[in-house]
Amino acid sequence: MMHASNSAKSDSSQPGASAASHPPAMFAPPRVQRGGYSPFWELIRGRLLEFVREPELIFWVYGFPLLMTLALGIAYREQSLQKLRVDVADGPLAAADMAALVHVPAQADVPALAEPAGGMAAQVLPLTASLEHLRTGRADLVIDRDPARESTIRYHFDSTRPESVLARDRARDALERAAGRRDLLAVEDVPQTAVGSRYIDFLIPGLMGLSLMGGGLWGVGFVAVEMRIRRLLKRFLATPMRRWQFLLSIMVGRMLLMIPEMLLLVFFSRWAFGVRIFGNPFSVAILVVLGALCFAGIGLLVASRAKTLEAINGMLNLIMLPMWLASGVFFPRERYPEAIQPLLRALPLTALVDALRGVMLEGLPLAGCWTEVVTLVAWAAVSFTVALRIFRWT
Amino acid sequence: MTIATPAIRVQDLVKRYPGRPPVEAVRGLSLEVRRGECFGLLGPNGAGKTTTIEILEGLLAPTSGSVEVLGLRWETDERRLREQIGVSLQETRLSERLTVAETIRLFRSFYAAGIDPAEALSMVGLTAKATARVGDISGGERQRLAVATAIVGWPALLFLDEPTTGLDPQSRRQVWDLVERCRSSGHTVLLTTHFMDEAERLCDRLAIIDAGNIIAAGTPAELVASFGVAHLDDVFLKLAGRRLTESGWTDVDSAPGTRTPA
Repeated sequence: MMHASNSAKSDSSQPGASAASHPPAMFAPPRVQRGGYSPFWELIRGRLLEFVREPELIFWVYGFPLLMTLALGIAYREQSLQKLRVDVADGPLAAADMAALVHVPAQADVPALAEPAGGMAAQVLPLTASLEHLRTGRADLVIDRDPARESTIRYHFDSTRPESVLARDRARDALERAAGRRDLLAVEDVPQTAVGSRYIDFLIPGLMGLSLMGGGLWGVGFVAVEMRIRRLLKRFLATPMRRWQFLLSIMVGRMLLMIPEMLLLVFFSRWAFGVRIFGNPFSVAILVVLGALCFAGIGLLVASRAKTLEAINGMLNLIMLPMWLASGVFFPRERYPEAIQPLLRALPLTALVDALRGVMLEGLPLAGCWTEVVTLVAWAAVSFTVALRIFRWT
Repeated sequence: MTIATPAIRVQDLVKRYPGRPPVEAVRGLSLEVRRGECFGLLGPNGAGKTTTIEILEGLLAPTSGSVEVLGLRWETDERRLREQIGVSLQETRLSERLTVAETIRLFRSFYAAGIDPAEALSMVGLTAKATARVGDISGGERQRLAVATAIVGWPALLFLDEPTTGLDPQSRRQVWDLVERCRSSGHTVLLTTHFMDEAERLCDRLAIIDAGNIIAAGTPAELVASFGVAHLDDVFLKLAGRRLTESGWTDVDSAPGTRTPA
């Protein structure tokens, strides 16, 4: 009934000799053009378009890190103004002691004690209530006088809490002066509150690193697994698309999204907290790009075999948690034992945050943090290369 | 590639999936698709159609057997082959936040040579939807878009895996028209379906697959004639004692005398 002739159809643009049951060609064959498109650019463009069309994502990428910076910035800025909290146990001399703590008397040749930490706030309470305050962290120090020997003062404090130890020394100093001690040496305080040495200055490069890590790992890892689940990867694989171009386009696409985020963070922290970049801004930009590529590469590697969103979710958390804790984002990583420092330095987030602090706070040139730069480049290159080899497309 | 070589030549194809017990999806299948014809692989779900077509598309490696596509082999000529074939998979979810035009342009960019993306859209009747997001168009339109992504590289050989499954009658007609156009402009088309009427209408030749092997092959007319029945539908009934439906098997007893709905 319709055995078509096959030999006449070697030229793909030539209309076929239709058998009776097929309608004749109703259109002219389209013109076949060569080239004219860059697949790499089209892939990146696709990623960016998908991103800007999802308002939720925009909040999580751009809004959330700003809110976090604002919250942490405010929380830690106020810490330096906090007063030391001293509870004075009820007794005959309690009122006098409290007054001595709050108003440290000046002496003729020695100025009043400077109180850079905001001085002491004292209150009189029964001893048991005071000790309860100390135990639960609502007081830094409790003072009481032995009823039998009133010239003996007992200092109750927590030797593991720096502010508690400080409060003990301060209180002792104030009470000694009130009792008539004469200081022999003159004191000249030179307070250091210079920009660059505050906690917020320490924190901002850490938060930049944290954002780059989260953005790279989630942004790339999740997207890759989702595309696998949708069988879009398989569909792409069925085209002449080059695999490395696809994988690199996801990484670069993400990196391009991170740049505005970092600019936003830098300008916001400058506007809100006066955080400055002491080094070359271009060095910071290079570190940002390196960091973004590095974490995007790791995201790709983590996503290279995962088949479900639950799996990738768990794996990303597993990878991020140690770096959240040990890379020195919120407190100096030097607090960990010396023995594990080389291990910590090898973590990509440590390298990124150390290098960002070096450039932003110490004004180092990039060459001054070359070990960190090499660490980042190595993580990026190795993770991308391995991902390319083991990436599961179907 | 020369005119003499067939578009597809498969010999003793076997695909075994590891497991307990191992599943043999394709069991020694051989077939030949000529250049310029529309060839149909027909069979119920689980017959091995998709496994076979994905091996031919170079997306799955066969356990054994030889596969030659356009005179080339996947192991040695993958890049050249990819440029010359177009593929529409079952159930690909394209990015919903890209527009129809952006999607087709992306796929066009993968091919060194091809047709204007706008032309591909007009061929599947989606010109009016060019600026709509993929997430906002109907299932039938998405299916046609999937076919458009397969033809935008203007391939010599077009693979369509169940291009009309789940479509309303109007969308099916549009996909059929497109397949006829492609075929009439010289493409070789290999499609899988479980609709007998679709196979009868579109295919020059077809192979009926059941349990991983071909149980009958020929032109629709030959098949009907050789089995002495009135419709292609009845060929399958005669061969397997069952009818072919979209959901898989229907035992004859449970659906006496019904024709497969179109």
